[in-house]
Amino acid sequence: MWEYSDKVREHFFNPRNSGPLEEANGIGDVGSIQCGDALRLMLKVEPETEIILDAHFQTFGCGSAIASSSALTEMVKGKTLDEALQVSNQDIADFLDGLPPEKMHCSVMGREALQAAIANYRGEVWSDDHEEGALICKCFAIDAVMIEDVVKANNLNTVEEVTFYTKAGGGCAACHEGIEEILAQVKAERAGPGETSPPPACPATPDAPKPPSKKLSIVEKIKKIEEVLDSVRPMLQRDHGDVELADVQGKKIYVHLKGACSGCMMEAATLGGIQQKMIEALGELVQVLPSSHMPVEA
Amino acid sequence: MEAKPIYLDNNATTRVDPVVVEAMLPFFTEHFGNASSIHAFGSEVGKALKKARAQVQALIGAEHDSEIIFTSCGTESDSTAILSALKAQPERNTVITTNVEHPAILTLCEWLEKEGYVVHKLKVDKKGRIDMDEYKSLLHDRVAIVSAMWANNETGTIFPVEEMAELAAAKGIMFHTDAVQAVGKIPIDLKNTKIDMLSLSGHKLHAPKGIGVLYLRRGCRFRPLLRGGHQERGRRAGTEASASIVALGKACEMAMHNMEVENTEVRRLRDKLEAGILSQITHCFPTGDVSKRLPNTSNIAFEYIEGEAILLLLNKQGIAASSGSACTSGSLEPSHVMRAMGIPYTAAHGTIRFSLSVYNTEEEIDRVITAVPPIVAQLRKLSPYWTDKGPATNPEASFAPTYA
Ligand SMILES: Cc1ncc(COP(=O)(O)O)c(C=O)c1O
Ligand code: FES
Repeated sequence: MWEYSDKVREHFFNPRNSGPLEEANGIGDVGSIQCGDALRLMLKVEPETEIILDAHFQTFGCGSAIASSSALTEMVKGKTLDEALQVSNQDIADFLDGLPPEKMHCSVMGREALQAAIANYRGEVWSDDHEEGALICKCFAIDAVMIEDVVKANNLNTVEEVTFYTKAGGGCAACHEGIEEILAQVKAERAGPGETSPPPACPATPDAPKPPSKKLSIVEKIKKIEEVLDSVRPMLQRDHGDVELADVQGKKIYVHLKGACSGCMMEAATLGGIQQKMIEALGELVQVLPSSHMPVEA
Repeated sequence: MEAKPIYLDNNATTRVDPVVVEAMLPFFTEHFGNASSIHAFGSEVGKALKKARAQVQALIGAEHDSEIIFTSCGTESDSTAILSALKAQPERNTVITTNVEHPAILTLCEWLEKEGYVVHKLKVDKKGRIDMDEYKSLLHDRVAIVSAMWANNETGTIFPVEEMAELAAAKGIMFHTDAVQAVGKIPIDLKNTKIDMLSLSGHKLHAPKGIGVLYLRRGCRFRPLLRGGHQERGRRAGTEASASIVALGKACEMAMHNMEVENTEVRRLRDKLEAGILSQITHCFPTGDVSKRLPNTSNIAFEYIEGEAILLLLNKQGIAASSGSACTSGSLEPSHVMRAMGIPYTAAHGTIRFSLSVYNTEEEIDRVITAVPPIVAQLRKLSPYWTDKGPATNPEASFAPTYA
């Protein structure tokens, strides 16, 4: 069975604020019985101040779904609606001292119920913008939709490349067959009839970048570097990490990896992925190194 | 004071009987030899293996002891059987199986499909029964093997495998049965059937984990999965796991002895448990073919609540069972067995399997009958699909998510 934290168990066995809330003026329903989890969040909001005076939930779901719902009601009580909207699914998971990767969707559902309830209070229509696929890589909690998106966006062809970009497959290797299936399926779509997409590019090898058409100025170069970092940032933030540019010295780009990224077993793979993107964006061979490798100034 | 734990998950695995442990221990110490060796260390082991083989033979009613091949587990026996049939008959490319097999069969079959083989999965009805007419219509000369489980691990439903084997044999088709759940719980007499291969697993009948058997009828064409030394007559290479084999032999002997109890006393307790729960709780029902199932298994679907939550609350009271809910497996779908039977989603996520053994007592069953209703009530109170008066009149409509 799952390794649930004590906090999850506590909130499951003694859920806070469960059951209907008569005076609720903002109600958010998400999930469905088909999916195996469904959550109704009920808020009582004070109109003048937009402060959440009370919050209740009703949940159909597993232990972590009930615990996430309970945690959410505790977290939002006393907040204004705008403050409450700052609560992310990661915050819910953190509040519970973490959730197993297979169960992260329970916290996502909490976050969505919150958005839906606030939209309902404000008389707006809330629509779900997030699509969740089957969990492919359990080591790094990466689902099929994410892998497919990254494969399509970056024209990836191998499991190794997918690992560079998403980490999926970089652990126990159990998901390699699953990743290969997604690659094959995207490839088949690319080659589909009527499609005039160019033949799939060979895997970009860092050693043989295309020569740059024109040399970039240092400002242009740094702009491009920042763009690449911006593109990978959301992924790192999912894992409580972040990245910042430290310095550029010739062909060496130094970055600070922060939070959970620094020192984690995937640091090298993360840097490798960033490096590959840099090479593509800049059209020249560069090296991405951790800032700790920066030469000490004299 | 913590109450003594109650184990009702014997279809998942069983406790090794102390008598079995005692029988196997000397094979780690004084009888550590390799059965293949000429010297005295080996010959003692050789004799013990022979005895164990005879004990297994007796439990499943095999005609010859050489029809027993020791393997590492039920899964290995299943893989060996199906892959052997395909390898030995290259002119045949089709496998017939059912929708409700254990993953040991189904995952293998999915892979075989990717490799280009044809797999027909027989559908089941609401009670988990197959349609014999559909089955008959599929038996043709490209079929290499039929593999159907004797008893289902989730519901206990028994398939008419003896009859199915007759039909296959009449068409010259090999027949395999995954009897991992059936062996030791219901009488089996292979010599009077047309079954060619049968898988069993030690840990389901009070022997250790990591020991299994493939029964291979004399004369059935065969290709080994593991090649190497001449152990098991070259049909399964690898030095024999002598301690585990001795244990399995002992466990088979005891199962033979307990067969009567299993089908009287265990059945009575199972029926009492099921009736006790059904009579106290509304909106729940047993799944599978209740008139034709293993004596130890009861699978009950509780509507509008989720299985993992039930298990966690049962576990808090020291009661161990299992669930077919999606959440317990980390997948998005409830158990394939429940879906195959068309159990509605309102119930499929809330299925709980209670599986008993000869070690369970009347007092334990009484405790479970008392424990379950408040747990179900507690979770239904949390459920948006449930109101004080029962299920929300139209659960799907009263709960209106902004997206599906
Ligand atoms: C019907 C069935 N087949 C096969 C198996 C697999 O057996 P083993 O765990 O020995 O590989 C099991 C048990 O999990 C089972 O219930
Ligand atoms: S599951 Fe993907 S590496 Fe382990």
